[in-house]
Amino acid sequence: MIDQILTWFPVMPTWVAHAIWYLIIIVLLITFFSLFAGPVSWLERRIAGRIMSRIGPNRVGPQGIIQWLADGLKNFLKEDLIPADADKILFRFAPYPVFLGVTLILVTLPFSSLLIAANINVGILYVVGSWGLVVIGILAAGWASNNKWAYFGGMRSAAQMVSYEIPIVVSILTVVMMSGSLSLQSIIKAQGVYPWEWFVFSHPFAFIAFIIFFISAVAEGSRTPFDLPEAESELVAGYCVEYSGMRFLFFFFAEWGNLYIIGALAATLFLGGWQISDGLKEWALSYGTIFPHVLEVIVFQIKAWIWVLLIIQMRWTLPRLRVDQLMNLSWKYLTPFALICLLGTCLWMVVFPHGVSYVSYALVAITAIVIVYYIWRVFWHLRFTKSKLNIKWII
Amino acid sequence: MTYNMIKEKFTYLEEVRPEKGDGWFVVPSDKIVEVCKKLRDEFGFDCLSSLTGVDRGDHIEVVYHLHAYQKNESVVLKVSTASVVTTVSTVWASANWMEREVFDLFGVKFEGHPDLRRIMLPEDWVGHPLKKDYKEEAEYQGMTTTR
Amino acid sequence: MGNIRTEEITLSMGPQHPATHGVLRLIVKTDGEVLHEAKSDMGYLHRGMEKVSEKVGYTGFQPYTDRIDYVCAMTCNQAYSTAVEKLAGIEVPERAEYLRVIASELNRISSHLIMIGVYSMDIGAFTPFIHGLRERETVNDLLEMLCGARLTYNYARIGGVSSDMPPNFKDKCIEFLDHFEPIVDELNRLISFNKIYIERLANIGVVSREDAVSYNLVGPNLRASGVNFDARKNLPYSVYPKLDFNVPVGKGKMGTPGDCFDRYWMRICEMLESCKIVRQALKQIPDGEIMAKVSRKIRPPAGEVYTRCESSRGDIGFYIVSDGSDKPYRLKIRTGSFSAMSIIEKMAPGMMIADLVSFFSSLDIVAPEVDR
Repeated sequence: MIDQILTWFPVMPTWVAHAIWYLIIIVLLITFFSLFAGPVSWLERRIAGRIMSRIGPNRVGPQGIIQWLADGLKNFLKEDLIPADADKILFRFAPYPVFLGVTLILVTLPFSSLLIAANINVGILYVVGSWGLVVIGILAAGWASNNKWAYFGGMRSAAQMVSYEIPIVVSILTVVMMSGSLSLQSIIKAQGVYPWEWFVFSHPFAFIAFIIFFISAVAEGSRTPFDLPEAESELVAGYCVEYSGMRFLFFFFAEWGNLYIIGALAATLFLGGWQISDGLKEWALSYGTIFPHVLEVIVFQIKAWIWVLLIIQMRWTLPRLRVDQLMNLSWKYLTPFALICLLGTCLWMVVFPHGVSYVSYALVAITAIVIVYYIWRVFWHLRFTKSKLNIKWII
Repeated sequence: MTYNMIKEKFTYLEEVRPEKGDGWFVVPSDKIVEVCKKLRDEFGFDCLSSLTGVDRGDHIEVVYHLHAYQKNESVVLKVSTASVVTTVSTVWASANWMEREVFDLFGVKFEGHPDLRRIMLPEDWVGHPLKKDYKEEAEYQGMTTTR
Repeated sequence: MGNIRTEEITLSMGPQHPATHGVLRLIVKTDGEVLHEAKSDMGYLHRGMEKVSEKVGYTGFQPYTDRIDYVCAMTCNQAYSTAVEKLAGIEVPERAEYLRVIASELNRISSHLIMIGVYSMDIGAFTPFIHGLRERETVNDLLEMLCGARLTYNYARIGGVSSDMPPNFKDKCIEFLDHFEPIVDELNRLISFNKIYIERLANIGVVSREDAVSYNLVGPNLRASGVNFDARKNLPYSVYPKLDFNVPVGKGKMGTPGDCFDRYWMRICEMLESCKIVRQALKQIPDGEIMAKVSRKIRPPAGEVYTRCESSRGDIGFYIVSDGSDKPYRLKIRTGSFSAMSIIEKMAPGMMIADLVSFFSSLDIVAPEVDR
């Protein structure tokens, strides 16, 4: 692409062509990010409405689809309030690391075998590193607001995020060990197409590592049941209590975008990413060279969005953990179990270098039974629920 | 029956039984803590259900409604005072806030109370509203009180 | 470790705070998470009702009783009317008593739904609140059928009730009760036995029996600490002696007796008992008058009376001193939330802020009851 730009404008120095190309990519990525974060907020509000037997936003646009645009516009137009005694530079600076920490991860997400913005060979390390930027922003927001409640929220949030990084990293290490590489594309390529070839089902230790990863990622993203930093009823919106307008929305954009990042990482590391079977690839190739990639992107998105929906459902069902219970969970339960999984994976790989397919089949069967039971239970309860809303849309 | 037992035990209490409504015991204001302690320990009146005041013009009556959960009986005590009564917050913990309310609204001071200050009205309010001769100030912190 | 200097922070929870239900203020001294002291500051909603009653008279005070506790206004109306009727010696027709009981019990259900919903919201689960409000809408519709208002009913008047029940009320009421009892089951499955919820509620804020009695806690708070006292059974009034219902008492269902879970569980059980009472009352209600013959200006003879009637927050005590005129000489309203607020100062030291929020919510305090 850079060469193409150079051929159109031969007088341009190379670095300008590079800069233009990267600028285009950045704009595309930020657009994608907004298109993830915005509609996730709409989806969340609709799903929350149905769980609470009400409708959710349905006025702005058909079924309320452009509600998030209206919210964004409203927040842009609000007065930019900065408290008089707040630390002005830090106050202005705080939303950016939070937003960056989440957006930077998008750069390395492999949407298909070729569609990846930057195929860094230390991909996972980069992801974990940039996820940690969020802590700086939250601490800065809590401190700079000159408000004791914000300060509390910032402290609690920093403690929570730092302590939950450890189970995440250890469970990611399990995957890195199994695939032998830090690069996200290699991790996907080390997995197979079918569920029993994915990392999550390859042996019980990886299964537990996935569960630990999921719980810790939800805690890292400050979602209920771990949403103490923004615990409304206790701390009145926690660390962002003094923020208003677009600065406030930055924090929430990061949170909703984080939902998608968690799903995408889970799909990449444990669920086989964009892999599709050869038969499907041949069928798609017959329509054109781009179609296999389209299929791969679709498969990746499906795998990622399942987790988004699950996290949204968890938020509106479960109550919140107290801060010491949260810390207990991380340090006394998740971290030791993650370390045990790491050791177990090590041993498994030594004892069974090629894996045991029966164990994978058994794990897939167990998970399938659990999912079917879950769906059956939901419909069984719905049959006896007397209060139903007679609306056609499922969300 | 408990009424008779109380009358026997405390000979200095004067029982009043009007025609309509509840009856009560009049307690001299220096004996109130002793009476309350004995009622709680020996007769089982472990709950002070209500402590309030009535402005009778020249004096204020402090009214105590006691209740015994085990025996399901109640008794009413009254103390007439011009301005000071000993506190019963050592006997029942609920008396703490109720006496603060009486102090706030009637101006009765409770001797020995751990934290006697206004409870509902602001600290700098002038006057005690529930007294019959209460006249509201024209201004409070610069704001007029009449429309 | 001993050389690190730590400081205490003084925080003010309220008067505008999502967790203090209404305008109440707690001044909290903490060293990070554990509290050293919590002083309560009230009076933001003091309207001087007791003084107002001396001016407007017995009949004029009836609308004010709704505003003592607007979440459970029917029971406050009933409490006031019972007190004045006892003083004036007015005999209320039986149909009116049954109507009062039906209205009060329906209101008790909706008030407990609010407590459960708001408590869950404070703990972080937002859904039970909305589900509770959904049920409360039906109750509000039923009560609107009875008296025309959805919040400040002014239904139980001195001498009877203000209006009779419309012809389709019985069927709609039974339809609601049939629909509602499985919903309590649903609520239990959703939130009551959730592990996280139990961790947040059990063994928190344990109020011993002696403390509960000494601090004059009433209602579900008192029963959760093990004292079997319900003003409907122990100080019978109205037609409650003819109705058969149980009084739940706290036994430490998920932890120690007298903890927050017990107080929460009392309210769940009481909702089911109220359903039972409404069903029986609807069966037993006789035909007849709904209002006794009382004059416009009620002049009770000189005397005084103290009645306690069970509201959803405990029993409301009305102490009325009459001097023979049509205006009370002194009217005192003793509410359950007033004493419940006083126990926070005792229980707070040693709790964490999250536990304080949980404890505060479990006492089911509403601001207008505290300040009147």
